[in-house]
Amino acid sequence: MIGEDDLQAFIDERLDGPRRAAVEAHLAAHPEIRERVTAERRQRAMLRGQLEAKFAEPVPARLRIASIRASRRGQSAGWMRTAAAALAIFVAGAAGGWFANGLAPASAPVAPTTSIAQGATAAFRTFVVEVAHPVEVGATQEAHLLQWLGKRLGRPLAAPDLSRFGYRLMGGRLLPAGSAAAAQLMYDDASGRRLTVYVRAASGTETAFRFQQEGDTATFAWIDQGFGFAVTAMASRDELLPIAEAVYQRFVGKS
Amino acid sequence: MADADALLEPLIPALRRYAYALLRDHDAADDLVQDTLERALSRWRLRRPDGDLRAWLFTIQRNLFVNAWRQRQRQGPHASLDDVAPPGTAAQQEAALEVRDVLAALDQLPEEQKSLLLLIGVEDFSYDDAARILGLPMGTVMSRLSRGRQKLRSILETGRATLLRRVK
Repeated sequence: MIGEDDLQAFIDERLDGPRRAAVEAHLAAHPEIRERVTAERRQRAMLRGQLEAKFAEPVPARLRIASIRASRRGQSAGWMRTAAAALAIFVAGAAGGWFANGLAPASAPVAPTTSIAQGATAAFRTFVVEVAHPVEVGATQEAHLLQWLGKRLGRPLAAPDLSRFGYRLMGGRLLPAGSAAAAQLMYDDASGRRLTVYVRAASGTETAFRFQQEGDTATFAWIDQGFGFAVTAMASRDELLPIAEAVYQRFVGKS
Repeated sequence: MADADALLEPLIPALRRYAYALLRDHDAADDLVQDTLERALSRWRLRRPDGDLRAWLFTIQRNLFVNAWRQRQRQGPHASLDDVAPPGTAAQQEAALEVRDVLAALDQLPEEQKSLLLLIGVEDFSYDDAARILGLPMGTVMSRLSRGRQKLRSILETGRATLLRRVK
């Protein structure tokens, strides 16, 4: 049985002898697939060919490591303006992977988003197991809750509508966060599964989504206009990402 | 720290190639590589010593690219993605029916598919490494790689995708 993964591996020349022979036999019997695979193989080779010259260019002096050490400019991302970037990019989350692993050691300087994620995870762990008093103020008093939390946070607070993901607002509470305050909004779904949205004042300019997994608890955190946000749930990265994006959309530019 | 120089320098040509394929502008690409190397140096002690340095660098570079794009979208005027002409491809767009340039065709793909085609097809990363660089599950990588290649082929074969984009 030849699957799409086999065809891709064939295009990439990554199959071992027997598997490769099996794919070749399959292609011989299916001319329309063979035509497609041959074209895609050729295009892969064209792409490599077109980029070969770039790879072979001598590295400019300013990219030598010694020069980079001498002239740290800080992350300006000016190149993005230069290139104007009309490339069709559909951003679906970032960070994670090596970053998340690399940042794990406790001795490492803590990035603001990491600290937000940690605060959110700790608060999630504490209150998500709470049966009697999961929230301080319930969703029946939503207007009062949001006004109160917003006043303590120093920014207007909205409760994102997450009903399309099956989550409804339970309520929220105020939490200590260093010398300031943090707000936690708690949601649950039909099965009783809980999710929190955590907001507090934060410094730093790192605005990328940062993903953090601690045991079965997953968090996406980010910073926007002086506030840190985190969405936490016992969910997989893929389940949580669209929810985090919806929360992000709800809060963006609303400070 | 001195070992950083010896380890990083051999990887720069590949970073420049990936950056150029993403941005299609030589200077902007080198700026992106410079940002990547600066970040790598500043986080040098935080990298996993047993991890794959090349994959780590590509992860940094790809995240810088995607984050800058996200920021730009947030700050810039709210033009739809389809309204903005890709840099350096105006000529190809005019001659959309004659797309023979595989790089120009690649510009028409969503960033994830494009990065997959580059990381796997050009930079020879394993499917596993590509999944980690993009923070995607393996199954998603395989299906997007496949979809990306099919889309690229149809762009190259018909040359019409560019036109459709412009008219929309």
